[in-house]
Amino acid sequence: MSAIASGARGLSAAPWFTSLVTVILLVVMLGIGGAAYPGFLSMQVGFNLLIDNAFLLVVAIGMGFVILSGGIDLSVGAVLALSTMLTAWLLQNAHWHPAAVILAVLLLGAMFGGAMGLIIHLFKLQPFIVTLAGMFLARGLCYLVSVESITIDQPFFVAVSQTQIPFLGGFLSPGAVIALVALLLAVWLAHFTAFGRAVYAVGGNEQSAAMMGLNVGATRVGVYALSGLCAALGGVLFSFYMLSGYGLHGQGLELDAIAAVVIGGTLLSGGYGYIAGALSGVLVLGAIQTLIAFDGTLSSWWTKIVIGGLLFVFCVVQRIMGGRAK
Amino acid sequence: MNTRVDPGLTKPEGAVAPAAWRSLLLQHPLLRPAAALLVLLVLDALLVPGFFRLEIKDGHLYGPLVDILNRAAPLMLAALGMTLVIATRGIDISVGAVVALSGTVAAMLIGGTMVVNNGVPEYVANTPMGTALAAAFGVALLCGLWNGVLVAGIKLQPIVATLILMVAGRGLAQLLTDGQIVTVYYQPYFFLGSGYLFGLPFALYVVAAVLAATLLLVKKTALGLFIQAVGINPVAARLAGLRTATLIVFVYVFCSACAGLAGLLVTSNIKSADANNAGLLLELDAILAVTLGGTSLAGGKFSLAGSMIGALIIQTLTWTIYSLGVPPEVNMVVKAVVVFIVCISQSGEFRALLKRRSA
Repeated sequence: MSAIASGARGLSAAPWFTSLVTVILLVVMLGIGGAAYPGFLSMQVGFNLLIDNAFLLVVAIGMGFVILSGGIDLSVGAVLALSTMLTAWLLQNAHWHPAAVILAVLLLGAMFGGAMGLIIHLFKLQPFIVTLAGMFLARGLCYLVSVESITIDQPFFVAVSQTQIPFLGGFLSPGAVIALVALLLAVWLAHFTAFGRAVYAVGGNEQSAAMMGLNVGATRVGVYALSGLCAALGGVLFSFYMLSGYGLHGQGLELDAIAAVVIGGTLLSGGYGYIAGALSGVLVLGAIQTLIAFDGTLSSWWTKIVIGGLLFVFCVVQRIMGGRAK
Repeated sequence: MNTRVDPGLTKPEGAVAPAAWRSLLLQHPLLRPAAALLVLLVLDALLVPGFFRLEIKDGHLYGPLVDILNRAAPLMLAALGMTLVIATRGIDISVGAVVALSGTVAAMLIGGTMVVNNGVPEYVANTPMGTALAAAFGVALLCGLWNGVLVAGIKLQPIVATLILMVAGRGLAQLLTDGQIVTVYYQPYFFLGSGYLFGLPFALYVVAAVLAATLLLVKKTALGLFIQAVGINPVAARLAGLRTATLIVFVYVFCSACAGLAGLLVTSNIKSADANNAGLLLELDAILAVTLGGTSLAGGKFSLAGSMIGALIIQTLTWTIYSLGVPPEVNMVVKAVVVFIVCISQSGEFRALLKRRSA
């Protein structure tokens, strides 16, 4: 008996335990869906989860780095909207080459995030308030570009949005593939590079990190620049998906991204968790939406309520486990 | 001519020598926010003809100043509650959701059914107005209790704890209304948000009453000191024998109560409850107002009067932008720039930098 109990305790103390809970949750949700609705457990439904949430996955990856470093970035939804707006405007009104547009947007996103990181570090301000101001700024800039939604009919973007890449009997969209590649790169960055280790160190304890000789400032600026870059990439994927730029795109997305990261098992206090958890978090959010869509009688606001409930459960579980570890 | 009631501007008086009095005035924490508001008002006076004009129509006072004050009422209420939360090192981002929730509950309970009385069609409330208002207020209190217990009991970070209600609260409000906008037809309810008492909008009296009650609580009882102690050092405050958990639950309940009242004002003013958009981003404006008023986001130092001035600055800015014919979208950029400037100028690093430059 005691061996089982200690085994269970060892299991729940393992760093990957919350991530495991999320994966089990995802499997249970898919199982319920499969039992309740015929056709739910097809490969394509699973792929659609990825296709419909590719932009969220990319944004959540950036958010994952920020949260691992002990910060928070509330501007990602607004930066995503600004990116769709700039993409649409540069394509439709300035007639730039698509490659130049994408490059420019990604660069601007990274610079926007980096600038916020610089302000946070230089003036020792709370990330929350600085990125809040960044959110206002980016949303406002959207409307300075155009108040109306701009439709994209540039041939390359239209072609990308209609491409289906055959995969394992189903298909994926280019956006989903880009998101998966971004995830692999992010996992490599987090676990196999000096930057990744510095992010964990800063998030774990900033003072110790500084005393170890790590460049806390550069790490912090890098993290926010990365988040800005991811938000901008999310914006490009969103323009592929929606074929439009609009200042109201991605409203509340920052909360979805934070929720995905938390549900994916990353501690909000920083320094603890896995970037790959973003994938399971995003898939859980996507599965909730799909279940509600399959049910047909439940309305979309149930998504918000369920996400709120899940956030609550995960935060409390994290809290209890964190308390035990100490 | 300027009949604004602003308790925050009454400076500490007493038998102080003129020179000392002047330095006291110059160092007063409210100086900067008040000066910013004054600059805005002067700009308006120059740019908008008849800005300070007040006239009496049908026994009601009309004019841009009254308009700004009236429109700022929900924000002032939200900022009041937010000030105390921020003073304890917390933050409450569920304010907008609570506004939507309480407004929705009130609007649904009151609603209004048409009854023909002696040939005159009349609208009758579905539930007695007192009950409906109490229910809406009760929902807000429950929201606050939930936030408070999460922060003080389970010890979640305030931003995460209130994030949960921010996401789920609006969803619950939409669930109640089935995603529809609920229209209110019952006349007496409109008085709350658009009625006039002694020539001034009734909403202002609500704000003044809440402000007076809060000032009384904070200045005349030890509560203000306790809140400050928790904000400056929660551990030390607890070791000194303060019941920090109870205090923290109280400030979150207070904040939600203020938000609930603001929700009632909003729904009564627009005669309907929109679960999707009521109070959207109000939490951000409230945080902005509190910051502008000189309350430190690091906790401890707070100023209720400053937050009121902050709310007025935001509303005056919005009003100015609309009346100058600048696209309202610019508003957000202006707000963002203002937040950046205020935050950076508040930071110790920036002041140290300035000192080094001038030395």
